Amino acid sequence: MSLTREQVAHIAELAKLELSGVAIESMTRQLSEILDYAALLNQLDTDALAPTASVIPNQNVMRADLVTPSLPRETALRNAPDTDSQREFLRVRAILDD
Amino acid sequence: MLETRLEQLTACRAAALLRQGEISSVELTRAILERISAVDKKIHAYLNVTAERALTDARAADARLMAARRDGETPPPLLGVPMSIKDVISTRDVVTTAGSRMLENFTPVYDATVIEKLNAAGAHLIGKTNLDEFAMGSSTENSAFGVTRNPWALERVPGGSSGGSAAALAADEGIFALGTDTGGSVRQPASLTNTVGLRPSYGRVSRWGVIAFASSLDQVGPMTKDVRDAALILDVIAGVDPRDATTVDMPAPNYLAGLETGDLRLTGVRVGAPREYFVKGMAREVEAALRAALAHLETLGAEIHEISLPHTQYALPTYYLLAPAEASANLARYDGVKYGARADTPGDVWDVLRATRGRGFGAEVKRRIMLGTYALSAGYYDAYYLKAQKTRTLIKHDFDQAFNQVDVLVSAAAPTPAFRIGEKIDDPLQMYLADLFTLAQPLAGIPALCIPGGFGAGLPIGLQIMARAFDEAKMLRVAHAYEQTTDWHTRKPVL
Repeated sequence: MSLTREQVAHIAELAKLELSGVAIESMTRQLSEILDYAALLNQLDTDALAPTASVIPNQNVMRADLVTPSLPRETALRNAPDTDSQREFLRVRAILDD
Repeated sequence: MLETRLEQLTACRAAALLRQGEISSVELTRAILERISAVDKKIHAYLNVTAERALTDARAADARLMAARRDGETPPPLLGVPMSIKDVISTRDVVTTAGSRMLENFTPVYDATVIEKLNAAGAHLIGKTNLDEFAMGSSTENSAFGVTRNPWALERVPGGSSGGSAAALAADEGIFALGTDTGGSVRQPASLTNTVGLRPSYGRVSRWGVIAFASSLDQVGPMTKDVRDAALILDVIAGVDPRDATTVDMPAPNYLAGLETGDLRLTGVRVGAPREYFVKGMAREVEAALRAALAHLETLGAEIHEISLPHTQYALPTYYLLAPAEASANLARYDGVKYGARADTPGDVWDVLRATRGRGFGAEVKRRIMLGTYALSAGYYDAYYLKAQKTRTLIKHDFDQAFNQVDVLVSAAAPTPAFRIGEKIDDPLQMYLADLFTLAQPLAGIPALCIPGGFGAGLPIGLQIMARAFDEAKMLRVAHAYEQTTDWHTRKPVL
């Protein structure tokens, strides 16, 4: 097993995913299996190689610096799970104490 | 009288009949809707059929077709043709779920660029097709809204993640479709359903408005009933888009015109058969179909060369580190604040966030977020993510070398025909192996397509053809020649 239960719980917290105890169990086993398979890459000496992040030649694609209309507020808020009563703001649970 | 039923038409043929006034768009659209009513209870290819809107659009198309005939004008190439769209591509005012509870009620406020382009070419939406949640999977079993069944064998998967689009075409519940392909999601379902699936070169087609999975790999691709249709749809959707900075400004030839020379000879075309794609664990009937296809290409005049892509076996672990890493970053946006589901749970803003994501995402999506978060986390970044990016360099180099020697590469598209529903769902690694032949091409950025290449025990087997980046025309020519001198693509499942 390349991963422990504690590590998996820690990763879940980094990813902000609520996982049940059962899910953490099965995830520990499944992720370990996948990572063990990924160890195949250690057969390769890649020290001298440059990493490939993108396969295309585009670099620093610029657009003209023009002011264009953005989405109307009503449209932008259409899919929001919660807004204030005037539908002007997205609403979330309080993040600051009173 | 037509020799084929309307729902069996290809896009090219339907568009021609519409232009000539032989059929109307309303008739064609109705025929598809009736077919969906008749068989989709068994298949579940669609998540949402937009019948009313499709008929309204069809009536408008008929009026335009009539005016064009009257005025002697040429209408846009797909005017009046209905399209089936994978439900990960945004359609304005039509719910787009990505197959996820998270986006169950999400209604995009704009169309993806590919939808704008298809609409401008005259096509109209008929429905949104099922997929693995957020396009992560190889069987469509990861959809939050139920599995899609393979029209060739209802107890088997149609492949994935674009399984709904593939099944819709195989069952004649659509004329043409779009899918997306990150690690084979257009090609592998095509392989399992006797349809055509084309993954364009990375940068060829805009992803603006496509719900992101792994941004250095995602591409939108045509899914069709034959190669000519794949060329036509690619003609419509290809091209640089100022809203997607990863599109590349490369000239796109007229792909369809390239196939209309009538010449099916492949004299002098160098076809490479990569030896690493003949693996243990490949079904015997798949290997037999591949060898027969190579022999057939030779009879058409092609030269067959054995080629080596020495880092092939590393594509799978490389992909399953890079794609989840990118997915973990892309899916961080689902916080239940701006759009999407929000869990109603006591506690503070963090409790809501954890619950929203824990309940909104399905098992495979969570697995990939976890894997990606780990591969990117402090202390493991170099060992996993950076290592995989360096291996990607080797995989790309393999293809660069190969295309110095040959024009196209030919392999199987999937190691086995369609597997049974439930067979691999609890074993992620076994499921990932279903993508064995379709992971390296996205890592290298090259185009590839899958066409019908035979049958084994009544199940379709797909043939994959790959070309150098931005050389889609060459692979289409080889695919077209093979298709037109075989009859696999004309076979239909009995439903």
